[in-house]
Amino acid sequence: MKAKHQRLWLVVGALTALGGAGVLAFSTLGEKATYFYAPSDLAKGPAPTDAIRLGGMVEKGSIQRDGETIRFVVTDMAKTVPVTYTGILPDLFREGQGVIAEGKIDPVTGKFTAETILAKHDEKYMPPEVAGAMKKTGAVSTGG
Amino acid sequence: MHRYANPTRFLKIARVATPIVALLGMALTAAGLWIGLFASPPDYQQGESVRIMYVHVPAAWLGAGGYMSLAIASATALIWRHPLATIAARAIAPAGAAFTAICLISGSLWGKPTWGTYWVWDARLTSMLILLFLYLGYLALSASEAEKGGEARASSILALVGVINLPIIKYSVEWWNTLHQGSSISVVNASSKIAPALLTPLLLSVAGFSFLFAAIVLMRMRAMLAQQRVDARSRRMAEALA
Repeated sequence: MKAKHQRLWLVVGALTALGGAGVLAFSTLGEKATYFYAPSDLAKGPAPTDAIRLGGMVEKGSIQRDGETIRFVVTDMAKTVPVTYTGILPDLFREGQGVIAEGKIDPVTGKFTAETILAKHDEKYMPPEVAGAMKKTGAVSTGG
Repeated sequence: MHRYANPTRFLKIARVATPIVALLGMALTAAGLWIGLFASPPDYQQGESVRIMYVHVPAAWLGAGGYMSLAIASATALIWRHPLATIAARAIAPAGAAFTAICLISGSLWGKPTWGTYWVWDARLTSMLILLFLYLGYLALSASEAEKGGEARASSILALVGVINLPIIKYSVEWWNTLHQGSSISVVNASSKIAPALLTPLLLSVAGFSFLFAAIVLMRMRAMLAQQRVDARSRRMAEALA
């Protein structure tokens, strides 16, 4: 075997081993690298006492404003969590849009008190006229 | 492949190719950014801030694609010991690092009005930051190797190890819940969730940025080869004088 073939197999072997190590590491890391929990994830186990991030859609018709304080429901179409937040909201915060709330869940009532609210954007991009036309046919929701 | 790995032959082709590639890059980037920034509609949700995409997405793709080419050049340097491969790798790295930095900065500026924050430690943003650190590590290591005049062995290995980050960047938005949205464009399915009016300037600027990237790499490779010749000549002259 020529030296350069030896080096080729060495590199291929090393990269395969590295890939395997990466797969193992990431299967162990699993859900820990997740940025937020969906309402269904929270419903599975006992309510976490630490600060967590809750992500999902703002349920349509659930927003209630009371001065600086806002109440709404986060849903993942299976489970829901009621959220309370006081403060400034990002521009993209709307009904029917993705949202991530950082805060704590009350273990007794299951109510979530948010410290921060981030709006999540989806992967669809289109001009307003197209969105307007699609909204009429019900193909897309533009929220509130 | 060996035919084009000959530095003299490479220089002959590169001298003709560099201005063509650079002009193509400038023209396509100018067209893409002109349509993107002035002559295309805003987005129905994001409004005008969608225009950041025309810089952010090409920069991200070239940051990651540049790393793939850095790794291929490094593997070629390690296995076949082509002198041109090491030069290519050293030429690619700073360009890739610059595009990755542009991606991170433009993304951060988009995140504030859209998400409500400049930065979060989600899987996509974190893995992209790691890509920048990999580039910076490669640059530091290869600079010290070049100074000593040795082979680019350690830096090539570093470049190859870093390849594991590329699928993590690509699939981070599928494997984990992230604040960053999922992919809008699928090359495999040739489908896109971006309306044609917004997709046209995006693809133009992706093509433009790619040619600019190639032009930077060609220019740097030519400069490095010229530098090698100057160094060799001055060494010979010093020896002749001694």
